[in-house]
Amino acid sequence: MFAALSAALMVMDHKYKSLESLRAGLSVVIYPIQLLVEVPDTVTEWLSESLTSRRHLQEENESLRTKIFMQNAQMQKLAALEAENIRLRELLDSSFEVGEKVIIAELLSVNLDPYKHQIVINKGQLDGVYAGQPLLDAEGVMGQIVHAGPYTSTAVLITDTAHAIPVQVNRNGLRSIALGSGTINRLDLPYIPNSADIQPGDLLITSGLGGQFPPGYPVAVVSAVQHDPGRTFSQVVATPLAQLNRSREVLLVWPGETTILEPAELAPLEETADTDSATSESDAAAADSVAPATEETGAAATP
Amino acid sequence: MTLVRHHGGGVILFTFIVALILTVMPLPELGRYLRPDWAGLVLIYWCLALPDRVGVISGWLLGLAVDLLTGALLGQHALSLAFVAYLTLKFHQRVRLFPISQQALTVLVLLMLHQLLALWISRMIGRPGAPWFFWAPSLLGMLIWPLVYAALRSLRRGFRVV
Repeated sequence: MFAALSAALMVMDHKYKSLESLRAGLSVVIYPIQLLVEVPDTVTEWLSESLTSRRHLQEENESLRTKIFMQNAQMQKLAALEAENIRLRELLDSSFEVGEKVIIAELLSVNLDPYKHQIVINKGQLDGVYAGQPLLDAEGVMGQIVHAGPYTSTAVLITDTAHAIPVQVNRNGLRSIALGSGTINRLDLPYIPNSADIQPGDLLITSGLGGQFPPGYPVAVVSAVQHDPGRTFSQVVATPLAQLNRSREVLLVWPGETTILEPAELAPLEETADTDSATSESDAAAADSVAPATEETGAAATP
Repeated sequence: MTLVRHHGGGVILFTFIVALILTVMPLPELGRYLRPDWAGLVLIYWCLALPDRVGVISGWLLGLAVDLLTGALLGQHALSLAFVAYLTLKFHQRVRLFPISQQALTVLVLLMLHQLLALWISRMIGRPGAPWFFWAPSLLGMLIWPLVYAALRSLRRGFRVV
């Protein structure tokens, strides 16, 4: 009887979303256990915070001050670039939203199944978290929420074997899909034709297609490209930019409605890949005064 | 015989909770792959020691908690731990009399069955297969079984859990 019950549970959990509320409710029951696991970590953190020397704090303060100063300087430039970008976008008749709502969440120090790349964060439905929500850290995209409980949520990282993220090459707008490899520092791009213009060092950013991730956030850097004439597609491997196994703080993003591409912009994408890259190149050409700084805008949009 | 009432249920619950905590305790990268299946070990012990109190239902509920904690498919560990509990109940009178080394071997088989079920289920939903060290937790579980057994038995006798 229990076998049947578990089988029914598993099928429902796998095929349908109807169990999400049950899972969310039950996750409250195990929340105390997660908190208990967290205790030693919290205590050591508290101790190390309250026992650090005055000098150390001063040094840290100093370095943070310098960092803020530097970032403010970059922000000045960003404001100008943003204004210019919006103006150019208006010329092209497409919409683009830069500032999305974000909140900072902290990782709970619990280990999940080592064969799945999942993490638990300390924000849940009560903070507005929903399943499918994108998750970033200071460097790039980390993953997305799979289960949102009332107080905690589980997120799957972009390197999980069951995860795929639509990306585009920042240099020329070439679009593809990056699949998780099951290795924490590797993404695979199996659908890139041999003739495509991609090379090691290319920055991959979210393309916004699929509507799950907001466009323009850095995802990974291409680390190796292997052209094999015997195959249809070249083998491309990329390294995620986010500190997938080191970050303690993560950013939860609420992408606005405007981040989903508008039909006007989608229409030319239906055609062949060549015209695709041509349109995005004309995009880049129109914004050529911004071109050298595009990487900066991409990176500066994250913090 | 109904005069002897059960007591010490809190102790059993406590050991289950400790097992769950150990299941998700943060460990360094290598340790994550070698983590023995604490929930399975503790469940097997209680099924051997108190088969009339801990059984399939406890196993199922414990497994459900493991599913929720580890983000697995809901019902996956519930199924396999209920199965482990069932087998243990079936053979508890025999296994109880085994010397500790043979008990450890039985535990190995039970834990591997548990993992095999988990592997089947994850293959069924399209996750990739497992490397050879996927089975390391079961082996480790076998090696630490004497310790778990001694610890839980002293706990059971100390608190007179019946």
